[in-house]
Amino acid sequence: MLYISRPFTSIITYLNRNIHTSKIQCEIQKQTRLRVVDNSEIGKRAMAEGRPPKCIHVYNKTGVGRLGDKVLVAIKGEKKKGVLVGLKQNQKVKVPKFDSNNLVLIDDNGTPLGTRIHVPIPTVLRTILKEKTIAKGTDYTKLLGIASKFV
Amino acid sequence: MLVSTIRHFKAVNYHARILRTFSSQIKGQSSRSDTSKSLSELRNVYVEFLPDPTVEFRNPIREKLERLDMLARRGQIDIPEFYVGSILAVTASDPHSLGKTNRFVGICIKREGCGLRAKFILRNVIDHQGVEVLYEMYDPALQKVEVLRLEKRLDDKLLYLRDALPEYSTFDPDMEIEVLPEGSRVPVNPLKVILKPKPWLERWERQNLRGVQEFEISERDKRRADKVATPWLKYDLMKNYMNTIPEEEQNEIFSEIHEQLQQLELTRKKLKRKRSFVKPFKLG
Repeated sequence: MLYISRPFTSIITYLNRNIHTSKIQCEIQKQTRLRVVDNSEIGKRAMAEGRPPKCIHVYNKTGVGRLGDKVLVAIKGEKKKGVLVGLKQNQKVKVPKFDSNNLVLIDDNGTPLGTRIHVPIPTVLRTILKEKTIAKGTDYTKLLGIASKFV
Repeated sequence: MLVSTIRHFKAVNYHARILRTFSSQIKGQSSRSDTSKSLSELRNVYVEFLPDPTVEFRNPIREKLERLDMLARRGQIDIPEFYVGSILAVTASDPHSLGKTNRFVGICIKREGCGLRAKFILRNVIDHQGVEVLYEMYDPALQKVEVLRLEKRLDDKLLYLRDALPEYSTFDPDMEIEVLPEGSRVPVNPLKVILKPKPWLERWERQNLRGVQEFEISERDKRRADKVATPWLKYDLMKNYMNTIPEEEQNEIFSEIHEQLQQLELTRKKLKRKRSFVKPFKLG
């Protein structure tokens, strides 16, 4: 009896612990877990289930995600794009550093999937996202409109 | 023999410390009422005026020039006395939104650097999100530095607030300035913080933190912490000498800038008196 129950309990604790196979990382690269901070349906559900999105690509030349970079994430079995709006990494002077790696989901045109961002957003993003936006291309500045607070 | 000498040394050290604190108390009480400050006070208030003691980095001319620049900047903006654990409000111009300023309120968790490179980190929890901002003290973009609550904590770095429960680093951004009575000493807040369970960002059990409530730790971690502990380092006189600026040199530095600092303090007092007038507002 005891012999049988032991692996069962270990499996149950394994499921309950909700562990992630990727370790805690301060740098955003492939396989990094992120936190969705907007109120989009898919993002909310993914965070509530304890299965935060995983970065599967960073759209820049270094492969390391910095503030304002676009990333591709795997979220609830789907591929979505998002913009990094807050990092755990040490930042430059007067640029805020956050306790979690924050992400806002967007679609291909740059329109955010949610209607509200419930954490503060660094003001540097105003400049960074404006520089990244190309005329008739993706308009990243749309997500600044749904921000609730700037730091 | 060795044990007895160590004990004797400890006792002497302890008495010396008591004497020092006692004398500084007397000095502190007497000098707070008039504007001039003793050396022991000056080096606590204006820490960044003392150069980096690392021998390779010393350069007397550069240090002197830097001190002049710092005084010039202090003539433009009031940088008040604050410590790790004080709550500050920093207003900086924001180049990302034209013509606007950015005000951030938070607890100072670290002070580092000296000379014009002096920096401090403010931390606050806004909308359940921990936010930290690093500021340079002599940054020309800073417009105003206010101390909302002047106090010290038990440790000289509060980086463990990152792993503490969020209520310990949550402060109201609309906080009012708490004024200390004239002539009082800077209070030490004996608050003991409760840490979140592991995983942590650092191995706090190895750092002899005084401002943290007792936490549970595994036998293995305890053994490892004991293994790497260096309790004898505080008796290493040579190391202590190399890591600090000798008192004679401190005297030299502060005697040079003492007058200017006093002038600045006088102007600050005048400004304070001006500011204390509050415009009456209509009721009903």
